[in-house]
Parts: sequence; structure tokens; C-alpha cells
Amino acid sequence: MSQAQPTSTGDERIKTRSRFREALIRPELGGIVGTVAVFVFFALFAADSGMFNSQGVMNWSQVSAQFMIIAVGACLLMIAGEFDLSVGSMIGFSGMMIAIFSVTMGWPVWLAIIVTFILALIVGAINGIIVVRTGLPSFIVTLATLFILRGFTIYLPQTIERKTIIGGVSDAAQGDWLAALFGGKILTGLFQWFGDVGLIATFERGSREGQPVVDGIPMLIVWAILLVVVGHVLLTKTTFGNWIFASGGDAEAARNSGVPVNKVKISMFMCTAFCATVFATCQVMEFGSAGADRGLLKEFEAIIAVVIGGALLTGGYGSVLGAALGALIFGVVQQGLFFAGVESSLFRVFLGVILLFAVILNTYIRRIITGER
Amino acid sequence: MSDDKPIIEMREIQKHFGSVIALAGVSVNVYPGECHCLLGDNGAGKSTFIKTMSGVHKPTSGEIYFEGQPLNFADPRDAIDAGIATVHQHLAMIPLMSVSRNFFMGKEPTKKVFGLSLFDHDHANDVTMSEMKEMGINLRGPDQAVGTLSGGERQTVAIARAVYFGAKVLILDEPTSALGVRQTANVLATIDKVRKQGIGVVFITHNVRHAMAVGDRFTVLNRGQTLGTAKRGEITPEELQDMMAGGQDLAQLEGSLGGTV
Repeated sequence: MSQAQPTSTGDERIKTRSRFREALIRPELGGIVGTVAVFVFFALFAADSGMFNSQGVMNWSQVSAQFMIIAVGACLLMIAGEFDLSVGSMIGFSGMMIAIFSVTMGWPVWLAIIVTFILALIVGAINGIIVVRTGLPSFIVTLATLFILRGFTIYLPQTIERKTIIGGVSDAAQGDWLAALFGGKILTGLFQWFGDVGLIATFERGSREGQPVVDGIPMLIVWAILLVVVGHVLLTKTTFGNWIFASGGDAEAARNSGVPVNKVKISMFMCTAFCATVFATCQVMEFGSAGADRGLLKEFEAIIAVVIGGALLTGGYGSVLGAALGALIFGVVQQGLFFAGVESSLFRVFLGVILLFAVILNTYIRRIITGER
Repeated sequence: MSDDKPIIEMREIQKHFGSVIALAGVSVNVYPGECHCLLGDNGAGKSTFIKTMSGVHKPTSGEIYFEGQPLNFADPRDAIDAGIATVHQHLAMIPLMSVSRNFFMGKEPTKKVFGLSLFDHDHANDVTMSEMKEMGINLRGPDQAVGTLSGGERQTVAIARAVYFGAKVLILDEPTSALGVRQTANVLATIDKVRKQGIGVVFITHNVRHAMAVGDRFTVLNRGQTLGTAKRGEITPEELQDMMAGGQDLAQLEGSLGGTV
């Protein structure tokens, strides 16, 4: 038997792979290529439109950060082998609950936010428990949640306030410690200094004369970065991260090895609900109001960002950093088309096309990894 | 070998599913360092029996003794903790994950970094590479995906994993049934290595030749009952084959197939 083995270097039929090819086979590949391509494209076609001055950068950064927040949750859940289609409805629902608790019922905003987070986590857990217990596809279960939550989000304000938008959250949130964690800005002093030394433009007249046009980093962006870093470390560096991969890769094999698959999946559903509520809270604090139509279609945008980031729809493979790049591509293109003066409906065409490319690329990468043909 | 006490002893195990009697009183014991082959045709109760041994099913009646102590597993985790490891035919490895992540799946080593408990990838990679080398598998690297390994190599990784985590009894559920000749030989060689380390191996198969290659004792199951246990040398492959299939019918078939079955 051992005579057949030519040398101890391995099987002669396995071609050695170059380091370059090795480096290519990673989930973030599509995201990295896409990000570079998108920046090059807009640098060429929209350079003088103000897209890359301080205001422009802040503009697409904020939009990208929004996508990132929900993409992190969707990414971890997808790697764990499930979908959540109720993300968009959860955004609308959470925002509405904060407004109802704080404005209509007059609770302090910090309490409204905490109770809303608890409610969202419960809904996420229910999603997860139903999926795990019944074995139904999460696609169907969360599609039901999508309609249920959206229905309540429209019904509640109409019954209570006879309107579908509840305003006045800004006044209620004035001076609230927890609201500032979602609606405030950090590094305002630094940005004032940037303005003073001329690194970024300042207002030249009006009541804000002398203040920088960008006066700090919004908490929305801080949350996005925080969630991406925590999600990435959780997924790649912890035991729980290994369980997430295992649960999505093959739930039965994972169970046989003692991985608590059900707990992992339920907690990932709670994670997407948490991310959606972070998004909703930041949005409500920024706009000062909650609307019943907020977050429409966000579930698909989150999933697309995750797929562009290299995750497999079938679970078990993906990257939080990739998903963050997918979200960045989204934000840059959506706002970039605006800066470049392109009709904004073309953004959807772009979405569809890039989604198709991403899925084909992912399938190809998967074949290389698993050696399937 | 038989002077030792058995590691695991199953006495008169019965298992009923509703009105179906899957096991009607099966007794098997396994000694350290032996390979006990469990043979039987499809539906003979092999799977039910090993699932009872590994804590998946609770026996309807009968007793299990592990190292002389009566045992009552509440779930598979208890069995794993006690040292009874099962390597399933298909459901052992996750193709998209690296060998090292698979190797430590469910038992990840951790290290503290800034007070956070993190997966110790360096340790996991080192152990995986050295254990694989011992089993005769040359990996490109510990981050090579299991999907790139052959079926036999996957079984070997699963066996090496069980041994590394201190299995005293290793249950192999048809590890060779989907493999080619060469790969089967590799897995059988692995079983032989493991047995020599003093681990009791329960080898489930319906291939008599594979069983004869490594088995020390052979138990044949048929319709939920033991047809007896024989030691190596006391029984011929033909006799085993006949017992598995229920004798006469196969003799007739064999005649028409020219004795090739």
C-alpha cells in the first residue's frame, strides 16, 4: 500500500495552490473587489460633485452605517443557517414603540428604549423558537412575522393617535442619557478643531457661522463600527463563533458533536432583532419621529449586503467584515448615484445586477473550497 | 484481553417503538483494546442498538454497565462525557469548515485575551496537524476545508478527534460503507491503530470482509435479536454471511449469482 505513495509530500493528484490563489479564496473577496470598483468608479465620474468632501463623505458614511447595522445581524444569522425577513418590519415596529411609550404614554425616553429592546428581543426569540421547534423554513416563519409586526406598526398609532406618524420624540429625548447614546455625536471638539485649522469647511454665515459643516461622528456610525467589530470577533475568534459556523454548516453534525444548535439559532434571531432595534432607535432619535412605513424592504437590503459580503445563502460560510463591505458598497452607490446626477431608480437595477454577480461568485468560491465539481 | 473487565456491558436490552419491537433483548459487551464487530442486515436493529449505547435512545428494559457501574444516560452528552464516542457515517464533519475547526467542534480550546475567552486557534491548529500526521493524513494546512478531504480521510479525522478527546469506547457506524477499496483499507488501518491504544471499538458493518479484517469478536443481529457472538477464528466469513441474511434464502440467491455475494 505504501509503495503506491510516491513521496511523503502528499497526493500527486492535488495541484499545489499559489499563495495568491489561496488568498483569493476568502468570503470577503467579492466585497473587497466591489468596494475598490465602486470607489474607482465614483472617483472618476463624481469626483467634482462634492461626494468626497467632508459633507459628502459623512452623507454616504451614514447611509452605509445604517446598512451595516442590520447587515451584521443578518450575516451572523445567515451563517447560522437561517433568514430573518422581519428585519424591516422590526425597524418600523421598534421605532413606533419608542414613540408610543415616550410621547403618547409620557414615559422617560430611556425607559421607552429599554422596554422596546426587551420587546424586540422577545419577538426575535419567538421567531427562533418557532423555527427551531417546528423545523419550518425560517423564510416562512419570519415572513409571517413581517406581516404581523407591520400590521401592528400601522394599527397601534392609528388607534391611539389617529395618525401613522408620531412626532415629538426629540423634545421628549432632550437631555436623556440613553437617547444620547443613539442620537448624539462624538468627537465634536475634534471636528471643531478640524474646522478651526481649515481641515474641513466651516459655515460662512448664519447662526452657525464658524462651526464646521460636519460637527462630529454620529452615534449611528459608532454603533455600526462597534457592531461590526464585535460581530467579527464573535464569529472568528470565539467558541460561540465556531458554533455559529457549525450550526449553519450542518446542524445534525453539529448536534452530534455537542454543539447546542437550537440555542445558537435562537440567539442569532435575537441578534438580528437587536440590530434592527439599534437601527430604529438611531433613526427615531435622528428624525424625532416614528413612521409606520419605516424600514420597508430593509430585510432584503440587509440580505443583499450580506451576500455581496460573501456569505452563502445556505449557511455555514461568510464574514462579518464582508457584510460590512457589502453595506459600504450599498451606501456609496446609493448616494453616489445621487451625487453623479443619475436617476435614483437605477439604484435598484444596480442592486439586482450586483446581487446576481455576488451569488454566482459565491457559488464558484464554494466549489473551490469544498472541492465539489 | 478477556481477563480484563468489559468497559461497557449491555444486558438484555429491549427497545420498543410503540408496537414495534426494535430490540428484543440484546446483550453485548466490549473489552478494552478489542474490535467488536456488530453485523446485521438492514433493519436488524444495529442502529437502534448503538443509539441506545450512545445515549440517544433510552432502553425500554435492560441494563447498561460502564466500567462496572450501572449507567443511565439522559442524553448523548452524558455518553460523550463518560467516554463513549460515536462516529456517524455521514454526519460527522462539516465540509465548509476547516479541519481544525471541525476537529475541535463542540470542545473548543480557549485562551484569555484581555479578560475575553477566545478560541485558541494556534493550539487547535498545532494539535490538528500533529494528530492528522499521526493518522497518516498530510494536510496542506489546518485551515484546509474538510470538503477537500476524501470520504476515508473524513472518517479518519472523526476517529482521531474521538480518540484525542479521550474516548474509551468508539462506536463506528458503517464507516466503510460508502468508501472505495483504498480508502476502506485506510479506515481499517486506523481502527487497528486505535484498538492498539486500548480503546474498545464497536464496528458496525454489513460487509463481512471488512469485519473479518479487523474484528476480534463478531456479534450478529437479526430482527432485533442476537444470533450469538463468536471469537475470531471460531467462525468463517461464509457462516457470518449466512447468519446475517437469515441463512437459507441467501443460499438460494447465492446459487443463482454464482457464489459472489
